[in-house]
Amino acid sequence: MNWHAVRAIYGFEMARFWRTAMQSILAPVISTSLYFVVFGAAIGSRVTAVDGVPYGLFIVPGLIMLALLTQSIANASFGIYFPRFAGTIYEILSAPISPVEVVIGYVGAAASKSMLIGLIILATSALFVPLRIEHPVWMLAFLVLTAVTFSLFGFVIGLWADGFEKLQLVPLLIVTPLTFLGGSFYAIEMLPPFWRALSLFNPVVYLISGFRWSFFGKADVSLGISVGMTCLFLAICLGLVTWIFRTGYRLKS
Amino acid sequence: MAIISISNLSKVYASGLVALKDVSLAIERGEIFALLGPNGAGKSTLINIVCGIVTPSSGRVTADGHDILTDYRAARRKIGLVPQELTTDAFETVWNTVSFTRGLFGLPKDPAHIERVLRDLSLWEKRDSRIMALSGGMKRRVLIAKALSHEPQILFLDEPTAGVDVALRQDMWRLVRRLREQGVTVILTTHYIEEAEEMADRIGVIRGGAIILVEDKAELMRKLGRKQLTLQLQAPLPAVPPALAEHGLELASDGHELIYTYDTKGERTGITGLLTALSAAGIRFSDLRTSQSSLEDIFVDLVKERA
Repeated sequence: MNWHAVRAIYGFEMARFWRTAMQSILAPVISTSLYFVVFGAAIGSRVTAVDGVPYGLFIVPGLIMLALLTQSIANASFGIYFPRFAGTIYEILSAPISPVEVVIGYVGAAASKSMLIGLIILATSALFVPLRIEHPVWMLAFLVLTAVTFSLFGFVIGLWADGFEKLQLVPLLIVTPLTFLGGSFYAIEMLPPFWRALSLFNPVVYLISGFRWSFFGKADVSLGISVGMTCLFLAICLGLVTWIFRTGYRLKS
Repeated sequence: MAIISISNLSKVYASGLVALKDVSLAIERGEIFALLGPNGAGKSTLINIVCGIVTPSSGRVTADGHDILTDYRAARRKIGLVPQELTTDAFETVWNTVSFTRGLFGLPKDPAHIERVLRDLSLWEKRDSRIMALSGGMKRRVLIAKALSHEPQILFLDEPTAGVDVALRQDMWRLVRRLREQGVTVILTTHYIEEAEEMADRIGVIRGGAIILVEDKAELMRKLGRKQLTLQLQAPLPAVPPALAEHGLELASDGHELIYTYDTKGERTGITGLLTALSAAGIRFSDLRTSQSSLEDIFVDLVKERA
């Protein structure tokens, strides 16, 4: 393993994050605060407790998951797309690095950034609601698993995209709607039967459900199914990345 | 043993474009090799394959004995590449981007080496500047610094002095010579024939994806170089006298100069015969000079000849 290269890529990507620390950190803190003002205070006060959990507290895992998914995809896709766009990808291609090392560097940095933001949102939430985490180890496990999985997904998008528009296409048109409809702000069982059944085709439901379970011990679907579905998505993303590096798709001519 | 060995290398892009046709080439350790060729000849494809950026369709390449595909880590560690385009991380500082490249090549941090490279390239004062704030020439130096950050034994310079001013070009030539003295093998592609003539030990000419010539520079110029003998006449001539027609003379400077072109590789240059004929025709001259054709002339002739 070329660990110096992994460290170089990881450090380079993290440096970009710290260089824009104000927007990297402040933006999610502000948007989370706004969600709490709107959903927690304004609307939440009129919503009854969900499964015995006050609504303001209920939305915390969904908010973190929302940020985790969007930030993982955005960071990883931009991280690998920008060198392709700027032409500096030649350095990566001509260096003595294996695809695995490239992925660890880029995906590791993207996942680290999004986890950091997730934890910042968690800390911000504590300012608005009394936090309760019943299974902190599982909470961290879901945080890591989701961040890595969606950073891998973002990495695939960053390799597939051939313009900045495409880079935004999947997050805006697919991921954000799936996250909103995946139970970020409600429990699936609150939906009519048809929509409840339809929701089960949404992979984000399983992520949020499992993550929420780690907080409150209550979930829309069982823990095993949540973990299984997340691992399945992780395996699909790994498969895609392996195929890309094996074929050189969008990387080598 | 050659430090770079290319055997039967071919490249056909997905578009069907045949970029390289069965190229075989050996680059000797410690030499400066110039690869000349018109646009689209396959120079960059050849370099990019050796460096791992483009996948070959067939053939084999080794760098210092290491196969570039099966033993790519060892092969790539030996190689530094300065690409043709000014592709840099605009928002990074000079120091960070050069250190980043060293890390990519699997080497631990070595601030002393990075400092030496930056000083050699007159970049030390700019080490904390963002690359976006540098001039084009300075960016080119940064690319060279990145390529040298991991102490490569083989350096590829793809059009290194395209768009740089004369002072910087001469700086680069000095640097390349210094690298050679340190044992680094340098392979450069260039459009400036002057550059190849100035620096190269050997010259390869590529055209249409095929190497059409590889030759020692001095030997190439000796073999293919033409010389011109220019005679300054005491009295101008209105035309070349018929008695001298067989010598293929040209009249220049409004009849004040006669130019005789001869081939240095020929058994006889024909100069003695010409001078005898001039004397017999009563044509006197006040001065004479000879000049050798440049590499550029040779290159243009070669490319035309093989077209």
